Amino acid sequence: MCIVCGCGHAEAGTGEPEHDHGHKHHHSHGSRLDFGGGPAGVSLPGLDQARILRIETDVLAENDLIAAHNRAYLSEHGILALNLVSSPGSGKTTLLVRTIADLKDRFPIAVIEGDQQTSLDTERICATGVPALQINTGKGCHLDAHMIDHALTTLAPGQGSLLLIENVGNLVCPAGFDLGEAHKVVILSVTEGEDKPLKYPNMFAAADLMILTKTDLLPYLRFDADRCIDYARRVNPKIGILRLSSETGHGLAAWYDWIEARRIPVSQQED
Amino acid sequence: MHEMSLTNGILRILEDQARTRNFSRVRTVWLEIGTLSHVDPEAIRFCFESTSKGTIAEEACLVILEPAGQAWCLDCSQSVTVTRRGDPCPICGGFMLHVTGGEELRITELEVE
Repeated sequence: MCIVCGCGHAEAGTGEPEHDHGHKHHHSHGSRLDFGGGPAGVSLPGLDQARILRIETDVLAENDLIAAHNRAYLSEHGILALNLVSSPGSGKTTLLVRTIADLKDRFPIAVIEGDQQTSLDTERICATGVPALQINTGKGCHLDAHMIDHALTTLAPGQGSLLLIENVGNLVCPAGFDLGEAHKVVILSVTEGEDKPLKYPNMFAAADLMILTKTDLLPYLRFDADRCIDYARRVNPKIGILRLSSETGHGLAAWYDWIEARRIPVSQQED
Repeated sequence: MHEMSLTNGILRILEDQARTRNFSRVRTVWLEIGTLSHVDPEAIRFCFESTSKGTIAEEACLVILEPAGQAWCLDCSQSVTVTRRGDPCPICGGFMLHVTGGEELRITELEVE
């Protein structure tokens, strides 16, 4: 696809495609790049060509640059960072508390908590004895890479840590913001609608793993777990699936195995 | 609404460009928002009108292009057009689709003075 106009014509000499934005491009495609005779490479009827600037800049470029910086820092320190995303009330914090209790003797764990306000979740995490930092986003609906950059400086997770980032409870906004994490993990409780993967597809498309939580409640609900998983795979054929209950512990072993398989072995960590 | 922070990002890019490329007013912004992206074009339009007041982009025209969604169907081994995530391949009806286009969120051109 042409990156200037998104016209879908990638062949040389295809002629001028139709442009719903009403201006002509004189660039051709193939072995030669021709951005036209003018400084901006475009001409607009009735406009001074010299005043048109091609900039081709991703709106999230700044965030992505900081995310890349975070990713490099995490890699250097052998830290596995997971960005946990879900609707409010999916049981994220409960799963974190249980996970920390079960794994904290195996390797260091640190937590970044994102909420619009209060430090209630961080207080729950701190009670487990691991370092945790609260980020209050105020009116903001998601964490971004800049916030995580600051949090990493303050929290300074130890070499080889598991860093759990609990994003703001929201299935829409956090989908587009790379924090520098290794994986996005989307958590969906069986008390929610089984069609959420289709209703909020960007989040399920961005995640590498979907965890169905509160499965101990399935006998009391009409939630069709297989259908929910089918919907998730429609928007993301590669998504991993785990089912668990933080309450009974059923399915937690597979979650811990998933984490262990992705931690950077100590032998490969830099000193 | 993450469109507000995205719009602030757009305005930051415009201010940066104004400094480096020496202009003082933006008349038109061409923005690509892919149909499979996580962004609502109408929300961006609303936020842009609100937040551009008092900036170099006040009263600038925002032209939003919406490139179609493209995916590679692993079953058909060919590129297909998809209108939204979760829809089946228009050829085989399957869901083994790998999105290859339509996720854009970028400023392509500016008209400045």
